[in-house]
Amino acid sequence: MTAPLLDIRNLRLGVALGRSVHHPLLKDVTFQIMPGEAYGLVGESGSGKSITSLAVMGLLKKPLAVTSGEILFKGQNLLSRPKREMRRLRGNRIAMIFQEPMTALNPLSTVGRQIAEMFVLHQGRSWGEAERLAVEALGNVRVPNPDRRAKNYPHQMSGGLRQRVMIAMALACNPDLLIADEPTTALDVTVQAEVLRLIKELCAARGTAVLFISHDLGVIASICQRVGVMYAGCLVEENETRALFENPRHAYTRGLLGALPRLGSRSAHGRQRLVDIDSIIADRSTLTETRFIAPRGPEGGQP
Amino acid sequence: MTAPLLQVDDLHVRFPISGGGLFGTGRRMLHAVNGISFDLAKGECLSIVGESGCGKSTTALSILGLQEPTEGTIRYRGQPLAGPGAPGRMQRAKAVQMVFQDPYASLNPRQCVRTSLAAPLKLHGITAASEIEGRIEAMLKNVGLTPEQARRYPHEFSGGQRQRIGIARALILEPEIVVLDEPVSALDVSIRAQIINLLLDLQEKLGLSYIMISHDLSVVEHMSDRVLVMFFGEVVEEGGWRQIFETPTHPYTRRLIAAIPDPDAALNPVAAAFAPDATLPDGRRFVSDGSAAPDVFKPPVPSALVEIAPGHRVRLASTA
Repeated sequence: MTAPLLDIRNLRLGVALGRSVHHPLLKDVTFQIMPGEAYGLVGESGSGKSITSLAVMGLLKKPLAVTSGEILFKGQNLLSRPKREMRRLRGNRIAMIFQEPMTALNPLSTVGRQIAEMFVLHQGRSWGEAERLAVEALGNVRVPNPDRRAKNYPHQMSGGLRQRVMIAMALACNPDLLIADEPTTALDVTVQAEVLRLIKELCAARGTAVLFISHDLGVIASICQRVGVMYAGCLVEENETRALFENPRHAYTRGLLGALPRLGSRSAHGRQRLVDIDSIIADRSTLTETRFIAPRGPEGGQP
Repeated sequence: MTAPLLQVDDLHVRFPISGGGLFGTGRRMLHAVNGISFDLAKGECLSIVGESGCGKSTTALSILGLQEPTEGTIRYRGQPLAGPGAPGRMQRAKAVQMVFQDPYASLNPRQCVRTSLAAPLKLHGITAASEIEGRIEAMLKNVGLTPEQARRYPHEFSGGQRQRIGIARALILEPEIVVLDEPVSALDVSIRAQIINLLLDLQEKLGLSYIMISHDLSVVEHMSDRVLVMFFGEVVEEGGWRQIFETPTHPYTRRLIAAIPDPDAALNPVAAAFAPDATLPDGRRFVSDGSAAPDVFKPPVPSALVEIAPGHRVRLASTA
């Protein structure tokens, strides 16, 4: 079995209030991502999916702090690395795509220059060469007329194009791990389908592992091989995608799947009422007591 | 059959766009909505689907009286709702109301829920404090909130509760038609299910008619009776929900349905395959396959909605 690319062990994270009071936000989160694997994290707002990804990137801001646990990337603990080294890793070996591309792009600089910056900073190339590579990177994410588009500012592009620019930037240095935090939530359905296909194809071609964060179970199902369900800071269930959807074992996962209006679920006789999670789970506080983590198959979750 | 509650006939909305040029000589018209017609029956849920910029929101604003149509008529119970002879805002408010996508942006942060709900009642001449209290209390119960929560401010509620307040505010004047603009797209999955259930319960209980604007087709399939698919200002396909989802005919409708991230379709791609291409009537063709945008500054190519099954119509042009 191959060694995992990212190995998060018993990660605890919390907000320190004053001297002694401590609010735990992540409780013993443990999961592994194999090289080249697409791993999905689902859960509602506030379940801790995004702070998990920020912890991996080393981007946690002050009152938030990791209290215990390890984040091993290629066997090395990221939490004990100095800031300088993290800065070299971020964008280079671990890259991230955010939900809202408009706020993640610099409005004062052309997109070509912003992509070129990646090559200059991480690969020590000259600006001239980097800008040529940036045009190539835009072509790779199937932006039409890449040489003309490279001279555009973010506000001159549509939401779908901006998200492609983000992907081009994230994949510029061929990272080992791509973290995608709700990358398609702000997009139209057809654009969403195109962007998802792009992420899937590019990462498969380059062997990039993906940590995909979303609250949309349909999006997760179409892209990930393995899924973890988060609730209130706990990973309550983890399984292969198909097994999770066909045989959800945790009460919360069952609620989440029942709450989803599905295509073809309505018949001429009438519709099934959507499951209201609160109606099937009497006491939410007991939810995190049970966890179902399915063991990985002998192939180690490789695609 | 009873007369339709709302009749929209040949609705056009065009916006003047200054295209530069000296003294505004380059003035052009943007064709946002091109000849939309539909009826809405009492107790029906009609969905308008399409991507951003297809004119679905403009259509809804016209029905609400917030956007004057360039051409065409909108009738409510046989009376014009827009243009000359239209009733004022006050009468219109009793007929049509709207639930917005983002309830937090549409609630006044400085008014408690009670004030927000009482304002329309007072404006419409209900002054007795006991009646106002009674109606607010009943409405909050209807949407699943407690009367005690009326004294709180919008920031004290969760996203789902705020959407419940948005629904309460739309329903407080007892309108017959409610326009739902992406009512659940800003909400989490579990909350989304609660709001969809609530909307369906209220529709049944109060006999409401919904016009739902959405690009989330799985929600549309779950809620609607009839569906209009819009593409750049025109209806390209309309029909009952089963016709649209089981035998989608227009290439654009098929593309929209294929784009839905549905777990079942993702895991079993074979099951998601469509029926073979529909055979079109002789001498007819699709105007476009919905993949390329037409020029919005020109009037559309002449075409017509052709009935291919009872109530199921598709936009086709003649091949000549």
